[in-house]
Amino acid sequence: METKPKLYGLMAEFDSPTDVVEAARATYDAGYRRINAYSPYPIEELAEAVGFHSTRLPLIVLIGGIIGGLVGYGLQYYVAVIDYPLNVGGRPFHSWPSFIPITFEMTILFAALSAVFGMLALNKLPQPYHPVFNAERFALASRDRFFLVIEANDPKFDHDKAMSFLKTLNPKEVVDVEQ
Amino acid sequence: MASEVDQPHDDVRIHKTETAPLVGPGHDFASVTDKISSLVLKRKTPIWWFIGFAIAFSITMMLLLTITNLVFTGIGIWGNNVPVGWAFDIINFVWWIGIGHAGTLISAILLLLRQEWRTSINRFAEAMTLFAVACAGLFPLLHTGRPWLAYWLFPYPNTMGIQPQFRSPLMWDVFAVSTYATVSALFWFIGLIPDFATLRDRAKSKAWAKVYGLLAMGWRGSARHWLRYEAAYLLLAGLATPLVLSVHTIVSFDFAVSQIPGWHATIFPPYFVAGAIYAGFAMVLTLTIPLRKFYGLEDFITMRHIHNMAKVMLATGLIVVYGYMMEAFFGWYSANEYESYMIWNRMTGPYAYFYWALILCNGIIPQFLWSKKIRSNLLVLWLISIVVGIGMWLERFVIIVTSLTRDFLPSSWGMYSPTMWDWTMFIGTLGLFFALLFLFIRFLPIISIFEMRTILPQAEIEEEHA
Repeated sequence: METKPKLYGLMAEFDSPTDVVEAARATYDAGYRRINAYSPYPIEELAEAVGFHSTRLPLIVLIGGIIGGLVGYGLQYYVAVIDYPLNVGGRPFHSWPSFIPITFEMTILFAALSAVFGMLALNKLPQPYHPVFNAERFALASRDRFFLVIEANDPKFDHDKAMSFLKTLNPKEVVDVEQ
Repeated sequence: MASEVDQPHDDVRIHKTETAPLVGPGHDFASVTDKISSLVLKRKTPIWWFIGFAIAFSITMMLLLTITNLVFTGIGIWGNNVPVGWAFDIINFVWWIGIGHAGTLISAILLLLRQEWRTSINRFAEAMTLFAVACAGLFPLLHTGRPWLAYWLFPYPNTMGIQPQFRSPLMWDVFAVSTYATVSALFWFIGLIPDFATLRDRAKSKAWAKVYGLLAMGWRGSARHWLRYEAAYLLLAGLATPLVLSVHTIVSFDFAVSQIPGWHATIFPPYFVAGAIYAGFAMVLTLTIPLRKFYGLEDFITMRHIHNMAKVMLATGLIVVYGYMMEAFFGWYSANEYESYMIWNRMTGPYAYFYWALILCNGIIPQFLWSKKIRSNLLVLWLISIVVGIGMWLERFVIIVTSLTRDFLPSSWGMYSPTMWDWTMFIGTLGLFFALLFLFIRFLPIISIFEMRTILPQAEIEEEHA
């Protein structure tokens, strides 16, 4: 028996943002759940159309910021009160107003680092290989084309049915994407 | 009635500046992508690039020579000495940091305020921020005298059993500036990821496709990724906004927390922040006006952008002038003889020329920007923005030098003048700044491609009307 490469999914190409959003909505309404769309710029409606409504990122950033603030203040408290107490003009060792600027900066620093690395981690980037890059025309996803993918591991997936369904959505073309 | 408003009338011309497009007519996703990415990928390196880079690079070599001499000899090669212990190193530090702030303002604050005109200039302005911060950082680092021990500024367990002093504004500066540099670099890099993907997919040579591919980290424009990406970008903008205000506030604390006449003033934080934005917009204009001409980017950086930047410059300039008036008022109204002598000495003392040159550069010449005719004349606008850059440098000179040369005790007064090495160091950082900018405009997309796509009219989703 001939070994065929495993199928990752079916990819439909569109040339306007409105078309891909409508197609994604129709696909979701048809019961497909493991779907994704690709666009050259962020389209809020598109993420919602593929059933992705919110991200945990803001919570991660909030936690990062709080940890940063505590670390910043704790560090200064430890240094100025416990590890190296120094009498400066008779001020108390725990002279908290002087500790605010660095606490603020550390809050921002930790929050910003969690925003960047949180976003990359949730998106599972860096990811050098992904099956969608196997599609010949996918390079246009970073230029002017929009793509909709139904993954082969969708419970409702059946190659021929999915293919004919996608063709009803007025795509430019529909192709198989290998794993 | 909406349909009537949409009808083109002959008399809508008066509103033309308000509705002037952000992108020239006839552009679509493909043409915007191809035009900006071809500047990096296809276009032959123009001859002016080689000439400009060669000049900037030679000046950078002069900076290296100065630093070498400084490290071998010591900071005695500079002109600063008691009583003027802070001079060119802090003047230039504050000047460069201030220039950097316009980049963050354009990329973060204008994003939060939904000012879409920022889109074609933010990438470039952020690059300017990074390079300006790099130049700024050199000055305090080398002013320590033993830059190889600069890590002593950070708290870490050490065999000497000592720790830094967190009650000092100079320590606040260390944390503020290093946080600012880190966050600006992250913001810039995050903004570049989707454009790296575009360059990866467009690059003709395999080697460049690999380099850009590595930087793009496998970005593929997935809708799920975009949602998180937008969240991260917006959050970073929200974090960078208070950060940029705090950085220059803390820089002003270096002065305001001390007791020196002319420094010990509550107006310093807002006055410094406004001055920073003023100098920064002047620098953005100084750089974009020639750049858009040489690269033919008139479709993307339109006259509307230029007008808006000139207006921001004028507005912040007026805040700065208010600061100058308040300094004089405080000197008189405080009824404190040191404060009133300080301002009198600034206006009539040995450095009076600098003070009046500053008023001319920052207070009087920018008033021409009220005229729309002048804002539309690119050459005049370019000259005014250079004048403002010089004026802001003079401002820091006046604040730092005049206050230190004559403080409380006349027996400890003394004059300051820079040496040749002060100048080579300052001009050297200008060379470094421009050398980095030349590399940037050759190897990276100077305009954010994916954000340009979002402001095209065809990017709108047309919802079906029920």
